[in-house]
Amino acid sequence: MSIISVNHLVKTFNDLNAVDDISFSVEAGEIFAFLGPNGAGKSTTIKMLTTLLRPTSGSIELNGFNPVREPDDVRRSFGIVFQDPSLDDELTAWENLEFHGVLYGVPKVVRRERMRRLLSVVELDDRRDSLVKTFSGGMKRRLEIARGLLHHPKILFLDEPTLGLDPQTRNRMWSYVEHLNAEEGVTVFFTTHYMEEAERVARRIAIIDHGKIIASGSADDLKAETKTASLEGAFLALTGDAIREEEGGALDRMRFARRMHGHR
Amino acid sequence: MNTIYILWLRQLKRYVRSKSRLVGSLGQPILFLVALGYGFGPVYQQAGQGSYLQYLTPGIIGMSIIFTSVFSGMEVIWDRQFGFLKETMVAPVSRVSIMLGRTLGGATVATCQGTIVLIISVIAGFRPERLAFIPFAIATMLLIALLFTSLGTAIASILTDMQGFQLIVNFLIMPLFFLSGSMFPLKGLPPVIMTIATLDPLTYGVDALRGFLIGASHFPIQLDLFVVAAVTLFFVGLGSYLFTKIEV
Repeated sequence: MSIISVNHLVKTFNDLNAVDDISFSVEAGEIFAFLGPNGAGKSTTIKMLTTLLRPTSGSIELNGFNPVREPDDVRRSFGIVFQDPSLDDELTAWENLEFHGVLYGVPKVVRRERMRRLLSVVELDDRRDSLVKTFSGGMKRRLEIARGLLHHPKILFLDEPTLGLDPQTRNRMWSYVEHLNAEEGVTVFFTTHYMEEAERVARRIAIIDHGKIIASGSADDLKAETKTASLEGAFLALTGDAIREEEGGALDRMRFARRMHGHR
Repeated sequence: MNTIYILWLRQLKRYVRSKSRLVGSLGQPILFLVALGYGFGPVYQQAGQGSYLQYLTPGIIGMSIIFTSVFSGMEVIWDRQFGFLKETMVAPVSRVSIMLGRTLGGATVATCQGTIVLIISVIAGFRPERLAFIPFAIATMLLIALLFTSLGTAIASILTDMQGFQLIVNFLIMPLFFLSGSMFPLKGLPPVIMTIATLDPLTYGVDALRGFLIGASHFPIQLDLFVVAAVTLFFVGLGSYLFTKIEV
């Protein structure tokens, strides 16, 4: 049974087709990797799936709901870890979770119980009352994952979740995501630039470039299709080796500044 | 309801925790109060107008409220740049309730600042006409604060980064404050200035504060409150509308 199905999805900005007639589906309980070079249309697709952007045309069904007509049902169905941190630095770990739980209408008793459990799962229970601005990048990521799961979503979106994390933290994070997928049956939809991650955890992979899906299947399928030995090789064979420039808006400038100089 | 409450609470927690912002934003009103209140006091008195500090204090309260509340509203820009806005935008709650929670939070913060300025003014020598009217004055502060927090939110919903911030301060907040009659009586002004002042909603807010705090206002208090309430409703509506249109 597919939990996400996308049909002929198009998103046009001015004259540019950022997403150009893509169709794909993700099965319930699957770990699905959505790969592509910078500016290929990954983030635009995720934004449409998560109700942040309206499609120009085409249809999306997520957990049986339509993001345009039933945004709140869709929003309750997924949790998301964004590419950039989206925590409130001036609040504590506990308060960030509390804020999320209230917004998602999780009843108080259930909420408190889950918050305690999730914090111990991501090993932040001893820092629950520290302000988030004192956290390292890895700790923030872990807290965001805990927060994304607080309302028991059916689908977890992870948009480049391991960017800037050290190998230890990355490894731990993926182990945890795999565990969650196996134990709770949470469907995982993620993007990454680290091909070895996609190869390790994804059951199925779709590659998008210039707004179109150019290949999909398991890592082995993609390697066989391109006659390459690694997923990285397959990826380069499919998307070419020219470097893509991301368009630099204000948000990007902030993002780079923050990555270079640490946080606020 | 819970949504509004948790967003209100968040604004308050951020306010209480950032001590430097709290102290920093009191610097300007205190300077104005002391430098102008004491500096122009003798001239004002010789012109037969009574105590300038008495006249000035409601204006300075208005100033601290307009600055704090427009900036609170504009915190949406920070939230956008630091990512937190997305967390609220993908939540299964209406954007209008998010906007209302933020606005009430920002307005509460600005009202606290205004009340602190009032207390400092009393220490500096200001004497309220009737203590019983202080709660009305505080309610008026809240109304002014709501107006300008929603204005800030409306602006922040259009701006995408802080580049335009200086523009807003110099070409919107400063003129709104300086031309509102906060620092000078509205009597006998050149017609151009008078016209601008009558179009400035802060004029009515500060005038109402004067009515409650020193027992003298240029317009009838009912008119002041009506104008401020009407403009507040307009900006809450506009702010909500623009906020729901934000794409992150």
